[in-house]
Amino acid sequence: MAKLHIETTINGEPAEFLCDPHETLLSALRTGLGLTGTKEGCATGDCGACSILLEGRLVPACLVLAAEAQGRAMTTIEGLSRGDTLHPLQQKFLEHAALQCGICTPGFIVAAKALLDAKPNPTEEEVRYGLAGNLCRCTGYDKIIRAVLDAASEMKGTTA
Amino acid sequence: MTAPREFKYVGTRPIRHDGVDKVTGRASYGADVAWPGMLHGVVLRSPHAHARIVKIDTRAAEATPGVHAVITARDLPETSAKIAIGEAAVDLRDIADNVMARTKVLYHGHAVAAVAATTLDIARRAAEAIAVVYEVLEPVMSVDRAIAAGAPILHPAMKTTGTPAADAGGATNVASRLELKRGDVDAGFAAADLVVEREFRTPMVHQGYIEPHACIARCGEDGRAVVWCTTQGPFFVRDASAAIAGLDPAHLKVIPSEIGGGFGGKIVVYLEPLALALSRKAQRPVKMVMGRDEVFRATGPTSGSRVRVKLGARRDGTLVAASASLWYEAGAYAGSPAGAGAMCALAAYKIPNFFIEAHDVVVNKPKVAAYRAPGSPIAAFAVESVVDEIARELKIDPIELRLRNANAEGDRAPYGPKYGPIGLTQVLEAARNHPHWRAPLGANQGRGVAVGFWFNAGMNSSATVTLNGDGSAAVVTGNPDIGGTRAAQAIMVAEELGIPVERVRSNVGDTDGSGYTDVTGGSRVCYATGMAVIRAAEDAREQLKARAATIWNVSREAVEWHDGRAVPPEGTEKAKPMTVAELAAEMTHTGGPIVGRASLYAPMAGPAFGAHICDLEVDPETGRSQVVRYTVFQDVGRAVHPSYVEGQMQGGAAQGIGWALNEAYVYSADGVMENAGFLDYRMPVASDLPMIETVMVEVANPLHPYGVRGVGEVPIVPPLAAVANAMRDATGIRFTELPLSPPRVLEAIEAADAVAVQA
Amino acid sequence: MDAIRYESPRSVAEAVRLMAADAGARVLAGGTDLLVQFRAGVRQPSAFVDVKRIPELMSIAIDDQGLRLGAAVPAAVIGEHAELRRLWPGLAESVRLIGSTQIQGRGSVGGNLCNGSPAADTTCALIVNRAQCVIAGPNGERTVPVDAFCIAPGRTVLQHGELLVAIRVPRPAARTSDAYLRLIPRTEMDIAVAGAGVSVTLDAAGVCTAARVAIGAVAPTALRVPGAEQALVGSPLDEASLRYAAEAASAAARPIDDRRGTAAYRRTVAGVLTRRAAALAAQRARQGTDRG
Repeated sequence: MAKLHIETTINGEPAEFLCDPHETLLSALRTGLGLTGTKEGCATGDCGACSILLEGRLVPACLVLAAEAQGRAMTTIEGLSRGDTLHPLQQKFLEHAALQCGICTPGFIVAAKALLDAKPNPTEEEVRYGLAGNLCRCTGYDKIIRAVLDAASEMKGTTA
Repeated sequence: MTAPREFKYVGTRPIRHDGVDKVTGRASYGADVAWPGMLHGVVLRSPHAHARIVKIDTRAAEATPGVHAVITARDLPETSAKIAIGEAAVDLRDIADNVMARTKVLYHGHAVAAVAATTLDIARRAAEAIAVVYEVLEPVMSVDRAIAAGAPILHPAMKTTGTPAADAGGATNVASRLELKRGDVDAGFAAADLVVEREFRTPMVHQGYIEPHACIARCGEDGRAVVWCTTQGPFFVRDASAAIAGLDPAHLKVIPSEIGGGFGGKIVVYLEPLALALSRKAQRPVKMVMGRDEVFRATGPTSGSRVRVKLGARRDGTLVAASASLWYEAGAYAGSPAGAGAMCALAAYKIPNFFIEAHDVVVNKPKVAAYRAPGSPIAAFAVESVVDEIARELKIDPIELRLRNANAEGDRAPYGPKYGPIGLTQVLEAARNHPHWRAPLGANQGRGVAVGFWFNAGMNSSATVTLNGDGSAAVVTGNPDIGGTRAAQAIMVAEELGIPVERVRSNVGDTDGSGYTDVTGGSRVCYATGMAVIRAAEDAREQLKARAATIWNVSREAVEWHDGRAVPPEGTEKAKPMTVAELAAEMTHTGGPIVGRASLYAPMAGPAFGAHICDLEVDPETGRSQVVRYTVFQDVGRAVHPSYVEGQMQGGAAQGIGWALNEAYVYSADGVMENAGFLDYRMPVASDLPMIETVMVEVANPLHPYGVRGVGEVPIVPPLAAVANAMRDATGIRFTELPLSPPRVLEAIEAADAVAVQA
Repeated sequence: MDAIRYESPRSVAEAVRLMAADAGARVLAGGTDLLVQFRAGVRQPSAFVDVKRIPELMSIAIDDQGLRLGAAVPAAVIGEHAELRRLWPGLAESVRLIGSTQIQGRGSVGGNLCNGSPAADTTCALIVNRAQCVIAGPNGERTVPVDAFCIAPGRTVLQHGELLVAIRVPRPAARTSDAYLRLIPRTEMDIAVAGAGVSVTLDAAGVCTAARVAIGAVAPTALRVPGAEQALVGSPLDEASLRYAAEAASAAARPIDDRRGTAAYRRTVAGVLTRRAAALAAQRARQGTDRG
């Protein structure tokens, strides 16, 4: 059962790992690479806790084979802050108390980043539909939506 | 009773101290840790909902290369201890049997064996190689079936405890029955101008926490063990796992990870005793993580139910009599929240005559566990729907009707004691005065209102507050933080010591490092553990005052404390007020380290009420509905960190909305859950909900220094009826069965139209 | 037990060779069905043949003939294609409904078709747009109309060694447009309980000269409904003709009871959705195919 050797780029840095051919990228991130910020909630692509950006595109890492990462670039939650500066989304989540237990938070922040990259000025409805693939059981989504809208304003240069 | 107090930090909204770790993904949850030499554990689960275990042959599994241990119930001691858990006492024998079946499997997914191996794949394959011979029995999948004559019996030795209505004798699936009564209910109904009676049904639903159960256990050659796990109660995990796995609890340390949601479902143990037993056999650490389907099939959802409610009222809206018959599914073992449901059902209303009976019924489904105000939402769905009917019949505004009957301070709760100060009237008035109640409705829209109640718990808590040399402080409790209680605790310490919130570190200790504490649950952490934190901070403050007295050479009693400073008595030579930082800097010279401590058993108090208004839009051609506006009113006592109180109100409402509209366990005829995943177990997503407005009413709880009341559980109680009442308003149809799924709604609309056409 | 292989062919020919050589090999596009089934133990491929590095399967081209859509193009990419959305709004709509944003980043029309679910969102829209499936195999390339592609739940006409490489959709005639609607209990994430796709062509007077209607999730495969089509053709697509079309759709449905809905419910809703989709397609056709 020979493992595959995969060379990839994660959060702007070259990375490599060994994986089984049938192993998911989520598993490779969390075990081989020690990047446990991406979470497993369901392993069927229904909860969004494993959201990452693969070649800039929002995907569920539980439904990507680790081998597919060969030669590709991805961004995980660990790549969002720069040095000790939080990404505006991270900062707004904290300010708006948009997390309680926090398990869904990395997935939401990555998904929200993808949303704002594509739509820098979303309406509330667009935010809700754009984040419909991320389940939260604690907050009822209210403060999450406010945090994302506020981050959008800030990132555009206008204050909310 | 504390006098009204000006707070400096209580009521502010600092950024929570654990927040950065959570938004960056650094926080460690149950499955996020790996230990050297770790094996992976997997559970083999029953493919039958009801069967006798005839034989288990594990030889093929044991012989698989890479497998280091295989266990069955034979590897666990028989235990019959009782243990306190959450807000009740539970028979540990049932928990042990639930953790691993001994002679019978009682639900599809019931654990029968477990394997530890070097990789997950090997463990899974080895588990499949375990040969189990079952004698399949007919499953019992509903209350109706369970109590029917000739129904299969789950537990041959089960007798109905409590007060049986009639001595049925012989085998039964009714584990217990209780009665609550007052006055003369027959006379009450006879004197009523209007009597409304309905029967309601709700399905089994799950707490739906996003983080599956996960743990690592390491058992050493000397019998000393450590468990890292996601849990609401590390002390319970220690005591229960030790008893079930046959270890000395004195030699077991439990370290709680960050917890990815619990809502009551992580108060019990499932994997931890198995991981310990595997680790002991393999002499290697063993990690076990549940898959999502295992979470649905084999943890602790809440009861499905059948509830009949009858209310009698006078023409002016005064409620004069009530009777209710509650039948709750306990799942595979005794222990549903039917009793709590009975106690909460009429908590809001002054009713002089009532009779409530509550039954705990076993069925071949997973053993139910606590789910946020356990028992109360089901009872409230029934009662608040009937109250709504009465309001319609009598043409009285639904909020007005509730106000006329609302309990207040001094009234006797249905479960016995008199209420202290409570905020039900204030909450109802806030709802009535809110623009939502008068806002115009669009086409196909309806509006519903409902109230809810939860007792809120007290129980055991401990806390320590340690001062550092620079005047900062650390507080340690044993309560895992689900909803932001560390932030609240930091606020309390800051308030009592008079130091900035940012100078307080708030920690969740393990079972060795923190004093005994009951679970995070029952909405008690901010109240009871908060009380311990405040007292521990007060203790530290008293020690600081004593140090100042030593420095100034005055008596301890003469030292005062104002605004974060010890203040010397007037005229003391060479003495000026000293800050916490200044005093802490002198700790070593004035007597050594300062550690404040407190431990207590908090009285159960601070019951809370909430009211919700829901606007629902229904598509009459498809039966599909959407919540278009929702407002939550709640008596929160005192909001220590208002953002997280709002969060509890919004989160509880969202869970209740899901319960009302789309969530349900769907079972095949053989007792197999057909929707054990997030695709078909339909919890609300972001686009399903509007912004949820929150209105906090603060009626101080006199038992707490700040007036804190539990807030976490009340908000899940009103939504089931609020949504159903809105549906009644929108469609003209009273739905008595949940969920209000589109097929059910459309069928009823078509039937009503057919009747209307005929009329 | 042999280990599962991961293959990443760079050409259609290479992919065909891999599929032909190993009966247990499965094509991996977005993995949103296959990996879920694999994890559940429902499918045990001997190899994952990842086709996402084959240019022909990942491209979108529109010319005078129409659309050639690579079978493995992710839904999100299709949704961003302005010209595709303008010419086939219903098809684009159906693609955008395949799951959440995350699933959209992976799931493809080819995968949706080949999974063969009766509830697949794209099938109805493809049928009403006269789509053709381009299949490559050991014997070369062949084309199958999309309504003949799925023959039973989970089964297609693909033979051993074959794979779906592209979907062709002819350019719509003037004053033609389409719509796809589905019923789900929540607002997102659910598998369709019922779905309906309609394409209509109008003449200068607004009378319908051609129509195609397909309903989904109400039979073992998506169904064309000739009775509904006849109700629409020759009519001004007024309330009466839409109602007849709806009745024909309900009558044609052969639904089952399952955890997502009852048969009776699906039958009724198939009609409601057909009526609404026809009205929407008609409105779009009247406005011309120029949509923002």
